[in-house]
Amino acid sequence: MSSREEILHQRTTAYGVRLRPETVTAWSFLLPTLLLLLVLAVYPLGYAFFLSMTDAQVSGPAHFVGLQNFVRLLRTAIFTLTLSNTIWYTLGAVAAKLVLGLVLALVLAQRAPGMRWIRGAVLIPWVVPTSLAMLAWTWMFDSTYSVINWVLMHLGAIAEPIAWLGTPRLARLAVVLVNVWSGLPFFGINFLAGLVTIPQELYEAGTVDGAGPIVRFRHITLPLLRPVLATVLLFSVVMTSSDFATVFVLTKGGPQNTTQILATLAFKLGLATGDLGNAAAISLYLFPILAISTYVQVRLMRRVWQW
Amino acid sequence: MVRSSRRRVAIAYLTAAPFVIFAVFPFIWMLVASLKQDVELYDLAQNPFLVRAGITWEHYHFLFTHTAFPLWLRNSTVVAATTTVVSVVLAVLAAYALARLRFPLAEATTTFVFIVYLVPTTLLFLPLARLMALFHLSNTLWSLIVTYPAFMVPFATWMLTAYFTTIPRDVEESALVDGCTRAGALRHVVLPLARPGIITAALFGFTLAYSEFIYSLTFISTTDLKTVTTGVVVDLIRGDFFYWGSLMGGALVASLPVVVLFSLFLDHYVAGLTAGAVRG
Repeated sequence: MSSREEILHQRTTAYGVRLRPETVTAWSFLLPTLLLLLVLAVYPLGYAFFLSMTDAQVSGPAHFVGLQNFVRLLRTAIFTLTLSNTIWYTLGAVAAKLVLGLVLALVLAQRAPGMRWIRGAVLIPWVVPTSLAMLAWTWMFDSTYSVINWVLMHLGAIAEPIAWLGTPRLARLAVVLVNVWSGLPFFGINFLAGLVTIPQELYEAGTVDGAGPIVRFRHITLPLLRPVLATVLLFSVVMTSSDFATVFVLTKGGPQNTTQILATLAFKLGLATGDLGNAAAISLYLFPILAISTYVQVRLMRRVWQW
Repeated sequence: MVRSSRRRVAIAYLTAAPFVIFAVFPFIWMLVASLKQDVELYDLAQNPFLVRAGITWEHYHFLFTHTAFPLWLRNSTVVAATTTVVSVVLAVLAAYALARLRFPLAEATTTFVFIVYLVPTTLLFLPLARLMALFHLSNTLWSLIVTYPAFMVPFATWMLTAYFTTIPRDVEESALVDGCTRAGALRHVVLPLARPGIITAALFGFTLAYSEFIYSLTFISTTDLKTVTTGVVVDLIRGDFFYWGSLMGGALVASLPVVVLFSLFLDHYVAGLTAGAVRG
């Protein structure tokens, strides 16, 4: 007994003496990563803020203009349309993914032979590069050859082919639908992971107390799933609002900018017209969403980890 | 008993079916389009679900002989493989320090890595494009090899930090008591135990890099230097004419590497997807 205590004691003192070398080791392990992130993430972000406060073009000198770009953008019709598109796109897609994701998780939590492969199949839209999958959707929404139109016409639901990506309201619906398609697996699988951690005894106790499936879902599943719900939701808000590939491939922001979102407008302005100052300002309108979401996530994380 | 369990299985399949069809249908549709002859593909009188005129390989033949598609596949693979190796090495070191070592500012550093991991690439592509021009890396594969780790490392570090904390300290500490250095303990004790986590981080890194779109679109303009995501999307569409057969074939073949990895390492992907949110 005493020898074990002695070893333990030695180890703690050893730890105390080693403290300074440990700090050196830690920083040397972290140095490459920190350098990389400073040069290729922190610096560019700062540079984006700088650009957004200038009238920089691709070539030629840049002048400091303060917050002028941000203010003038708010008076530009295309920008305000883009901003409201981005908000509706994010709200619509995230809400749909949340509801369908919960349903999907409950479906995948059932036990049946081959369920592992069903889960795999449902995850495929997440694995495949979004931009490539969007080509299939472009083809499925094609104004002439759309398979969706063919089915709807043969079911008698529509008489004429619909121009999905050429009609403002339908194009908006289409980009949200496709975003839901590619983002749903992430929601479903994370909710499923949350579901399986809920102790089965709680449900049994609920059943004994006479709670039906809906009551059990509302009073057992939802409250215990809340941490997972919060993380997934916050993460998805950031990713959906900053989405680019879905809209870029499917509609390029059209028709008449009705599906234009911040990232696609920034790309258009920055690369097609070379107006770097305004392009940077447009993309930085994403920053508040990012900042709030990050702040809340970091706080949640600390609570979970009990730092 | 047997009947109720059979019913339960039937319900499971029936409820899962709409989700599976929704998820998989676009890929089936790509396959169908890529194998149909043009006369049938563009014939509105035909039932699009049937292949009556027989399948053809002409779209794939066109793709591999008349376009830069093979080059794009190679570029994507080279970039994704290189950046995965670099990112995993950097992330293992960083994650080990964050998970195991005690040093001032450890908590702040962890938070910093997490925050960087949340910054979307759509916020950084413009300034990075200028930075790449400054380094004379624009329009080279190096521009991608240099920038991809900036979004891969934070994610991999995040995932590996969580994984390392699940490995018991005791084994490693006895190695340290036996006179092993930190680097030695990491290499000989922690790394073998952390293999599943490292494989997951590598698979995710590869998938993220292979799928990347906006950097590749912004930094690379020469057709032969494009990656498969931008090559297929931008360069296979010429003017208003869409080669739908080849386009669908290209998108399908280009998706295959990650789908194959995914089916081989399904459990790793599920573990990674739930360990740290990547995109949604």
